[in-house]
Amino acid sequence: MIHEPAAESGIDNASKKKAKLGVRFFFLYLLFYAGFVVIGVFNYELLASEVGAGLNLALVYGMGLIVFAVLLGILYNNFCSRYEDEMNGEEGKA
Amino acid sequence: MIYQVSYIALFFFVIFVGLVLGLSFYYARKTRSASSYYAAGGQIHWAVNGIAFAGDYLSAASFLGICGMIATVGFDGFLYSIGFLAGWIVALFLIAEPLKRLGKYTFTDALNSTFKSRAITLTAAISTLIVSIFYLIPQMVGAGDLVTPLLGFPHWVGVVLVGLVVIFIVASAGMTSTTYVQFLKGALLLVLSTVLTIYILRNGLSLNPGFGNQSYHKFQEIYPEVENGKIVSAGDWNVVLQQESKGKQFVKLQLGGQARWYRLSEKDGAPVLQEALSIEEGEGGELLYNGQPKSKAEFFQVGHLSKIVVDGKEVSKTGPVGPFKFLSTVGNSEVVRFSEAKFESNGKKVTVFYQNPTSGQSFMLPGLKYKIGKGASIWSQMDFISLMLALFLGTAALPHILIRYYTVKSPRDARKSTILAIGAIGMFYVLTLFMGLGAAVNGVLDVESSNMAAPLLARAFGVVLFSIISAVAFATILGTVAGLIIASSGAIAHDLLDNYFNLDLTDGKKVRAGKIAAFGVGIIAIGLGIAFKGMNVSFLVGWAFSIAASANLPAILFLLFWKKSTAKGIAASIVTGIVASLGIILTSPTMWERYGLDPATAIHKLDNPAIISFPLAVIAAYVVSKATQKDNRERSEYVKSLEQTTA
Repeated sequence: MIHEPAAESGIDNASKKKAKLGVRFFFLYLLFYAGFVVIGVFNYELLASEVGAGLNLALVYGMGLIVFAVLLGILYNNFCSRYEDEMNGEEGKA
Repeated sequence: MIYQVSYIALFFFVIFVGLVLGLSFYYARKTRSASSYYAAGGQIHWAVNGIAFAGDYLSAASFLGICGMIATVGFDGFLYSIGFLAGWIVALFLIAEPLKRLGKYTFTDALNSTFKSRAITLTAAISTLIVSIFYLIPQMVGAGDLVTPLLGFPHWVGVVLVGLVVIFIVASAGMTSTTYVQFLKGALLLVLSTVLTIYILRNGLSLNPGFGNQSYHKFQEIYPEVENGKIVSAGDWNVVLQQESKGKQFVKLQLGGQARWYRLSEKDGAPVLQEALSIEEGEGGELLYNGQPKSKAEFFQVGHLSKIVVDGKEVSKTGPVGPFKFLSTVGNSEVVRFSEAKFESNGKKVTVFYQNPTSGQSFMLPGLKYKIGKGASIWSQMDFISLMLALFLGTAALPHILIRYYTVKSPRDARKSTILAIGAIGMFYVLTLFMGLGAAVNGVLDVESSNMAAPLLARAFGVVLFSIISAVAFATILGTVAGLIIASSGAIAHDLLDNYFNLDLTDGKKVRAGKIAAFGVGIIAIGLGIAFKGMNVSFLVGWAFSIAASANLPAILFLLFWKKSTAKGIAASIVTGIVASLGIILTSPTMWERYGLDPATAIHKLDNPAIISFPLAVIAAYVVSKATQKDNRERSEYVKSLEQTTA
């Protein structure tokens, strides 16, 4: 494998802000993820309860974790784009 | 399992593997520089790049393993889907941006350039080597499993074949995976998974899951006469012997020269003998499948529903169903899983795979593999938490995962690629649920290995679909194995010999050392691939994640987020993470079984180590860094200079 980037990136003024947002999103997702594990360990029976469309909480929560990851990922990328536009000016838009 | 070789399947398989490998070589030759390798920066359409990103991430082994685990233990397999995606998001949020700020793209580079410490060079190289080898095991096991139904070879032949092909590739040309090849793999995997899911839903659920090209075995039930727990007679069959194993009664019956194993169970209050599958040693030491030599092909694929309940009513089949209806119907019905029992009978080893009817409700909840909730032991609860922790944190600690993310200069299109990739990966993991459940109820499972659930399901729907899925998975595994062998030979030749031992090798000797290392790692991988036959590959990938999460992640988090961390602290953390996770894995019940011992007698009951090894590595990084603060002057100067350039 080649472990080098395609191009050396220039100075990115938005980097610090993006990293901070990443940490915040990480904790947000951690909360949701840990919720699943905590319910599983401490109130397992709750996972069996039907939530809707004949599906139990385990399934809905599990799929929810997947969908939430996708949504957060998209949101994170949108925010990053905005920060780059604001803070890097024209050079950020290649 | 006994497979008939299908020449049509073989034909398409060879064509597809050849196509993918040919493309790899073609582009590898055309692209010499790192920049043309990724071909980012506007030359490639963002959608192609996005799917290639997904193709990078979706390991074929986890595709095989997750579907297989869902097919055998239900929701517990889906935990891996949830965890793998969550882990990727963690890597994106937590590691991607800070690492980029350091100007480094893998964690070993970041560690080495920040600290310039020999201890770190050594420990990071060893960690890379161990994680790579643990990641190699599931790839090899998966490759062996894939080859079996296609070529009719035993598992070990498949493993040796893959090992030799990859060693040859690595030693002769080197193999890189380029954007177009990754795009092809990613797109095919997504399209084929979607096609398979549509087939499953259109096919619906049936008590007798037969297909045009294969009919499902009808399992016999015999009502015996029982006195004081002993079978006295069983219809026309002669009772050969009765055997107890872990509280379950198994009976060997014979009729006209044919011997079969049954499990004594109960149905509506009456004792009943339910037909099982068996593998046992014959008189001459040869293996008998269901009492017959292999050539008689008396072994069959399994997995069915014993009861289908739709809207409160029992039915024999549903016809086409929607995705939610499919899930809720499986949840209300009864799935017949096949559990394994091993014992000795008359001095011969016997493995029986018996019917284990499981309510759809428990199949659709965690607990069949990782028991949690009421009555679960503290060990199994810890095991569950440990797995979830390892999956969550492990991805970020694998060195290559975010490479494609860094290849972009930050143009708009690259963002679109990332979004497409996240969506595609998420969709794929949702589909694994349908493919796994589809395999569980459609009579396609191989009791000897869960890994082939998805490809065998495809075979039930059509030979061409089967061969294409197998070929994509196989080519992907070849690429992954080649990448891992290159990474580990690099760790040995470059990091250890050159940087750590300062052997000052000439270029020619360095290349030779790398090739010898690649050969050595390849041979180890072949051996381990054979030794771990029959194990679920996602479970094995879970181990690689556990080690990565324990050995690498605390190190990288301390490097990125705590200015006071020192080289000795980081090195101590890596060593603690490796020793603790490896120690727990090697003494786990699962390994005990591999050693041929009774898993119940293992030193502890934990199969996943992260819950202990990750905190230990964090403590080691903190305590040792605190104790070695006087070394830290150089590092803080480095950080200061870094902040000045990025402020």
